[in-house]
Amino acid sequence: MIRFEPRSNVSSLFAFALPIIAGITALVLAAIPIAAAGGEVFAAYGHIFKGAFGSKFALSELLARATPLIFTGLAVSVAFRAKLWNIGAEGQLYVGALAAVAIGSGAISAPSYIMIPLIILAGMIAGGTLMLVPTLLKTKLGADEVVTTLLLNFVVLLFVQMMLEGPMKDPMGMGWPQSEPMTSAATLPKMFARMRIHWGLVIALVSALIIYIMMKRSVWGFEIRATGENVSAAKHAGIPVTSTFIKVGLISGALAGLAGVSEVAGLKGYLTADISPGFGYTGVVVAMLAGLSPVGVVVAAVFIAAVFVGADSMSRAMGVSSYIADLVVAMSLICVLVSSLFVCFKIRFVRPKKTPLVAKGEA
Amino acid sequence: MPETESGHPLLSLQNITKIFGDLVANGNVNLDLHAGEIVALLGENGAGKTTLMNILFGHYVADQGRVMVRHASGILVDLEPGAPQAALEAGIGMVHQHFTLAENLTGLENIVLGTESLFARRFSRSKARAKLQELMQSSGLEVDLDLRVSKLAVGERQRVEILKALYRDARILVLDEPTAVLTPQESDSLFKTLKLLAAKGMAIIFISHKMAEVLGASDRVAVLRGGKIVADLPTSQCDRHQLAEVMVGHSVQSAKRKPGYPEDETLVFAGVSAGEGREQIENVNLALRKGEIIGLAGVSGNGQSTLAKVVSGLEEPTAGTVSLHGNPLKPNAAAVIRSGIARIPEDRHHDGIVGAMSVEENLVLEEIRKPAYQRFGLLRFNEIRKRAQEAIKAYDIRCSGPLAVSRLLSGGNIQKIVLARTLDQQPDIVLAAQPSRGLDVGATADVHRRLQEARDRGAGVLLISEDLDELFQLSDRIAVIHRGHICEPMETEKLDKKQVGLMMAGHSAKGEQAA
Repeated sequence: MIRFEPRSNVSSLFAFALPIIAGITALVLAAIPIAAAGGEVFAAYGHIFKGAFGSKFALSELLARATPLIFTGLAVSVAFRAKLWNIGAEGQLYVGALAAVAIGSGAISAPSYIMIPLIILAGMIAGGTLMLVPTLLKTKLGADEVVTTLLLNFVVLLFVQMMLEGPMKDPMGMGWPQSEPMTSAATLPKMFARMRIHWGLVIALVSALIIYIMMKRSVWGFEIRATGENVSAAKHAGIPVTSTFIKVGLISGALAGLAGVSEVAGLKGYLTADISPGFGYTGVVVAMLAGLSPVGVVVAAVFIAAVFVGADSMSRAMGVSSYIADLVVAMSLICVLVSSLFVCFKIRFVRPKKTPLVAKGEA
Repeated sequence: MPETESGHPLLSLQNITKIFGDLVANGNVNLDLHAGEIVALLGENGAGKTTLMNILFGHYVADQGRVMVRHASGILVDLEPGAPQAALEAGIGMVHQHFTLAENLTGLENIVLGTESLFARRFSRSKARAKLQELMQSSGLEVDLDLRVSKLAVGERQRVEILKALYRDARILVLDEPTAVLTPQESDSLFKTLKLLAAKGMAIIFISHKMAEVLGASDRVAVLRGGKIVADLPTSQCDRHQLAEVMVGHSVQSAKRKPGYPEDETLVFAGVSAGEGREQIENVNLALRKGEIIGLAGVSGNGQSTLAKVVSGLEEPTAGTVSLHGNPLKPNAAAVIRSGIARIPEDRHHDGIVGAMSVEENLVLEEIRKPAYQRFGLLRFNEIRKRAQEAIKAYDIRCSGPLAVSRLLSGGNIQKIVLARTLDQQPDIVLAAQPSRGLDVGATADVHRRLQEARDRGAGVLLISEDLDELFQLSDRIAVIHRGHICEPMETEKLDKKQVGLMMAGHSAKGEQAA
């Protein structure tokens, strides 16, 4: 018989170790599908590791992949801290990218020290504005933001497809549904020659630092945490709960919008409707793995990116489907969710025993 | 060794020990319960009463010791630990403080719920009804079985809970703070019923911290302190002061009422209506003066929480005006705090503190935007820490330090955080809603002292409570709220408890039933 006993207190070491254990558990569990697909398990792990960390090129790929995940992970973690369930980072990413392309693909010509801040700002405003809609629906009408943010993703994706097939279609694109390329002034420079890693990573790390300071040291962060942990006590204490939600929605949407800017201006150079392989949704996994901590988001994003990049290269080397990566990511989310059970409860195994009838005095 | 049947108790708790981490919730507790006996289990909050009852009922498993019940054959047998089902089968019935009834079902349905086999094709309503009619007649617990529970008053719901236990042939009845939600008259009738049941051979334990009812209704008193039984003696040999001291472990100085010096009116309600449903208030006229405590008596759910919300700035009146020093009160919590109203919320866990945040963060929750605690939007950690250390010392908040997680503190210490946070702002008005509910004697005395200090300093205090002892001890004037109507406050000296109790039940001041 299994018994759950609530824990009264959780040591910080334990809380810190759990996501790491969860990640390792997920990797170990990945052996099952790898073996089932006919791959040799240990060789596969070797390929995953080498593919992620084995060379300068691999590291560059890894960090390029981690960059959008840091942004979306931060977006989700800020929102979840206030218990504003933003599942719409994917859509916010796309409108951010769309705004960057609208401005940066020739509509305005200016030197890059003007263009780059401009597209960053445009992407943040676009993402923030998109998230403002579900936030206001929640605060004014009580609409469930899980539903509204999730469904807006599809609206946005279809809108982007419409734009790419219509007004924003590249006339030189050989008929492909893609936007005109970003001008060179509106492109985030690469950090090293012949590698895909770009300055978007630095912007992501700076964002993580700013969010960390905001959450830990600022009045806003204090009010966001209070609102998220106990909204009625926050209201009672005179904390402006509605405007806190709006602030959080704007910040969260802006961060996700930045992911889109960084992808089009740093990596791809133009917008397509498949620019994000689910970075917005993976951001939820990243934020949960990170325990909603901004610093943790950076670590978790690198871990998830390593799994994706490593599994990609493993699948090429061994002829195993690269969907293994999705499996590991999904399993690490499940492991984290299960592990949060361990944070709240102690689990005891007890053997149920039938006690015999004993008269008083005989025992 | 053979013993006669009558010599065995119905229930015997032997050497029960339960430890949570470093906390000994129960240490070597021995308690016997005989048929026909009413035992009062007395103890401060955190003394281990609830843990003990949860072990008895199988919600927890004791680390050591055994729970034994008398078998039909007359001998004591071990109760399977950790199995509520076994406790039910052994004839233990429990009436929780917060009722466990399904509101959308009728009384009858609630009572038979869980007793019918999952595979029974239909449950025999008529048989159940006949059994219940008989039980109601023999116990005097009259209630309309066909009314939905949501339509029943609190006292009636409690009767349904007791009937539920009786229907399952309970021999041992456990009641957790049964009078917490009842008027004095309803409590009297409850204790009459309990005496009747005991006379028929049931064994009854009730948990309480109200001295008067313990002395009035029990045959035996067991006092728990720090998880141990520190006294177990016949009620006839107890007196009030001795019990209070045994319970707390030291002598208790209860706050004495000193008459205030009523000055000008500060907080004035003029024709105020607000809220809806059961918690609606209508045409409330009330004037709180400086330097006085007005006690607002009433059974929970008669509009007190709406009144508290209006004063707290969380709800706007639908009619009438509330004014402070002649200016209308803004329906905005932050503005209300700034204008000098301290609010002690009724549900301190839900509205008073953010449980996941630290003690120091909760202490500055209302003032975080003041320049004392932030500069350019960044927190001034040193100032916050200094404030917290002072408050912890001044209010004797028992915690491991300013960084302790508030959720883990006891109810009394959580209330101290709320008191420190609100009263240290030198408020002109104090709204205290059920400020001592669920607190032990020591913490209650502390709350009372703080409220009196605020009054003596010249603040007007509006004390919402259902504890008549507390109201008569503290208030300069007492008003009664019933179904959203508030009567004109009267001098405490001119009232007696019985009269106020009747008014809480809806009788007018002169004694006849109100419409």
